[in-house]
Amino acid sequence: MLADIWTVFWRDWVVLRHRMAAFILSRMVAPLLYLVAFGWGLGRSIQTANGASYIDFLVPGLLALNSMNISFNSVTPVHAERVYHKSIEEYIIAPIRPYAYIIGKVLAAVLRGLISSTIIILLSYAFGAHFSITPLFLLVLVLNCAIFAEIGFAAAMFLSTYEQMGQVNTYILLPMSFLCGTFFSTRALPDALRIFIECLPLTHTSYLLRSIGGGGEINLFSVAVLIIYLIAVFFIGGRAFIKLRE
Amino acid sequence: MIEVKNLRKTFSHKDAKNKKAEKVAVDNLSLTIGTGEIFGLLGPNGAGKTTTIRMLTMLTRPTSGEILYDGKRITDTDDARVIRQMIGVVPQNLNFDQDLTVGENLELHARLYHMGKEERETRIRELLEYVELDNVINDGVRQLSGGMKRRLLIARALIHRPKILFLDEPTVALDPQVRWRIWELVRRLAEDGATVLITTHYIEEAEELCERVAIMNKGRLIDVDTPKNFIARLGRYVVEWRDGAHREFRLFDSREDARHFIATVDAAASIRKSNLEDVFIELTGRKEGL
Repeated sequence: MLADIWTVFWRDWVVLRHRMAAFILSRMVAPLLYLVAFGWGLGRSIQTANGASYIDFLVPGLLALNSMNISFNSVTPVHAERVYHKSIEEYIIAPIRPYAYIIGKVLAAVLRGLISSTIIILLSYAFGAHFSITPLFLLVLVLNCAIFAEIGFAAAMFLSTYEQMGQVNTYILLPMSFLCGTFFSTRALPDALRIFIECLPLTHTSYLLRSIGGGGEINLFSVAVLIIYLIAVFFIGGRAFIKLRE
Repeated sequence: MIEVKNLRKTFSHKDAKNKKAEKVAVDNLSLTIGTGEIFGLLGPNGAGKTTTIRMLTMLTRPTSGEILYDGKRITDTDDARVIRQMIGVVPQNLNFDQDLTVGENLELHARLYHMGKEERETRIRELLEYVELDNVINDGVRQLSGGMKRRLLIARALIHRPKILFLDEPTVALDPQVRWRIWELVRRLAEDGATVLITTHYIEEAEELCERVAIMNKGRLIDVDTPKNFIARLGRYVVEWRDGAHREFRLFDSREDARHFIATVDAAASIRKSNLEDVFIELTGRKEGL
């Protein structure tokens, strides 16, 4: 099983290695824009509830948002491999365990998410942000990457067209990017919307990163929510891949 | 040995009236393929050849029926893993990993079949020489020509030394020179002891390569025999003539009988030796798709 996971991961690592420079450069653009626009520009006129600078509030949210996008989009090529190139059939025919394929893909996406997060952390420090990175902070980031990689995998298994994959970005990831405590507290939202938003994993990641990064308390309920998402989506994607294999 | 018993595959689709309907792709197929045999599945487009191969290689689940490899069932999880290790597949579509080079594609395959570092490095070099692609090992697969890609597909399927090789239309859309080279490769494989199952709609391919041929049409097995026996059974000589736009022909056991018949034909007619195409048309009664 471990060898099979490593094989699947190895393939994605080789592809990433081919494109490492382009990957790093492209990952710097969006965070730079967010930091300049919301950190320097808009951020100077925003007062946060505890009096801290807005950039300190923003960075954990940016990390959550960015790691979500990168991990999700790292796994979406599986959709093209299934529907268009059919290269997924090589894995279906091969004598590997189906869950090894999913775990390998998710781990590769986590790696991409973490590389991208490292870039944001370095840029944020350069922009004068203050937050501390602890093992728990990194663990929450890994959890977030894994959850959204699994969501990307499940979408790649269930959806039939490129257009539908794009719709996941438009109708799910984009609203989550703006509403899940990334740029402002969910307390500002009307109750009905707030309750719904607080059921989503990105909200819990944003709050956990903000709390841990600022040296605050860890909300175990949020950790539990993330773990439940991690397990549930893993099995949803896993069942879909096994069905494809059968 | 591969045993196929009463294999059936149906797909749901929407009919002309946009109502849910069932399409039978393979219907009650039973076959036995011996160890070390080159066996051909011959039929026009839509005959059910690819669906059969997909069921045999566990890419599609049969609706009903049974497939056994040396007595092992593909439906048994442990047996299925053993079977996966012993089969190699050359699919009809060029399903390479587009983001990897030629060498990396082969390495990925070798890793998936649990080959050690030294073994896979040796095997990749050996196979790339075998299919004469050793000079493109570091090129992206997108850069290869159609013929090179087909040869690479064969090399990839052979990496883990499969005992059974499935080739689904391996020479489709290739020029005769490349086709001939692929035939040579298949012959060499069989000489090395592999069982080969090849699907084709090229009659000459089946005639050239296969020890036995199963003729399929509309999902059903029409007949199984050696190409020679088919020709002998249905007649060694053909009288051919034109009736308006249509080609007409009749098969005869001897040239003498053919000569007698030609005298009765009220059109310009010719005699030639029969081939598998004549057999095919005689058995299926359809000329399209050939």
